[in-house]
Amino acid sequence: MPVLPATRRIANQNSLGDGAKTTTRTAGASVTRRRLFLALSGVLAIVGAGYFLTAPNRFPDAAFDQITGDAEAGERVFRAAGCASCHAAPDATRETRLILAGGRYFKSPFGTFYAPNISSDPVAGIGNWSTTDLANALIHGTSPANRHLYPALPYTTYIRADPRDIADLRSYLATLPADPTPSRAHDLAFPVNIRAGLGLWKALFLRPDWVITEVADERLARGRYLVEALGHCGECHTPRNILGGLVRTRWLAGAPNPNGPGTIPNITPAKLDWSDDDLLGYFTTGFKPDFDTVGGEMAEVVENLSALPEEDLRAIIAYLRIVAPVQPAP
Amino acid sequence: MIHKFTAPLLAGAIALTAPAFVSAEPDGPFARQIIARQSLMRLYAFNIGTLVGMAKGQVEYDADTASAAAANLASLAALNQQGMWPPGSDSFDNEGTRALPEIWDKYPDITKKGAALVAATASFAKTAGTGLDGLRAGLGGVGDACSACHKAYRKPK
Repeated sequence: MPVLPATRRIANQNSLGDGAKTTTRTAGASVTRRRLFLALSGVLAIVGAGYFLTAPNRFPDAAFDQITGDAEAGERVFRAAGCASCHAAPDATRETRLILAGGRYFKSPFGTFYAPNISSDPVAGIGNWSTTDLANALIHGTSPANRHLYPALPYTTYIRADPRDIADLRSYLATLPADPTPSRAHDLAFPVNIRAGLGLWKALFLRPDWVITEVADERLARGRYLVEALGHCGECHTPRNILGGLVRTRWLAGAPNPNGPGTIPNITPAKLDWSDDDLLGYFTTGFKPDFDTVGGEMAEVVENLSALPEEDLRAIIAYLRIVAPVQPAP
Repeated sequence: MIHKFTAPLLAGAIALTAPAFVSAEPDGPFARQIIARQSLMRLYAFNIGTLVGMAKGQVEYDADTASAAAANLASLAALNQQGMWPPGSDSFDNEGTRALPEIWDKYPDITKKGAALVAATASFAKTAGTGLDGLRAGLGGVGDACSACHKAYRKPK
């Protein structure tokens, strides 16, 4: 972020310097001077627009002052949002996956992202974050230091989360153990390592609206919320464009594995031919209808889902039935 | 504006992300080994199917059938798989296998996960015949042991 004000300052200095020079010239230079002025105005406008586009969004500091989180409700949010899948240590077992020390890596075409420590440690983790800090991160992708976060944190999904749920999540996270492991810096190449560029990325791809705009009943609304606002199913099951934005016209239609070889399956009604009971069994036990078992990143997802109440799983299943069927890409 | 701007990108991205998906049969120098280990997986799945059917209540619980299926799982897990996993028989270099190269890169981690499966199936063989609750509890442990390997070492389709 300091890059931008600096650029702006340089532009201002240039405008003063060149202006001073042109006044000493003859009248014939006035056209050039006017052109120069227009050009400089244009540069300033672009820099200004750039600043606007790249400035991180945030909630007012007091936005969550009146909301008291409920840790018990927050646990359900935590499971549904799948926080442990990424933020538990790489060698975490079922017993240790609530120690959110971070460290898992995610190889992408843009470089390698390392999940940070979000344990309740006040230095290594996020123990000293306020609810507003957490909401800024999850909904706006903005850090407490007012920097853009990379969308490896799926705020592109969490932007649709209910602020009430964020407050509950904040309370629940505070009950989890602290871990002193420092977060590891991402390993990214230029220009992706320039965080200011994320402002433009967000302007293009960070959308608060639902993918499925109409839902007929409460259960579908809950299913939509679980899939589109917390569960971030679309982050892997939906293909991305070359800039890493989700291709909504192929919502849940399958995609290359974002974190290694292989393909994440199409789960639109065009391909998903499992029964409701098949899906419920898979979400709760990890066994597929052919008695194979869940693997890859989905194994983590099933660990989260299996801790949700059956009504939530039924809601997700109901939602999957109303997703637009999308045929596999030719 | 955004839509106008992104439309060509999206079209390009769809073209780029469309994999030529061909479901391949094992072929090449390690075909025999790949077929052998996949056959072993099918034998696991066949027996697990019997047990899951009872756990879900689709098939009536029968202690003898459950015990026999769980004993089969324990026998399969204890099978000596010598020769079935030669270096180079991974998904990177071979068609028709989802065995990631990490199996060999991170060796001997997989042997620990294998030992956990041996332990889970051995204990399940003792409890599967004790009633539906024992079956359900033991099946969860076996599923976790299966998934531990599939999570780390199996390529998504």
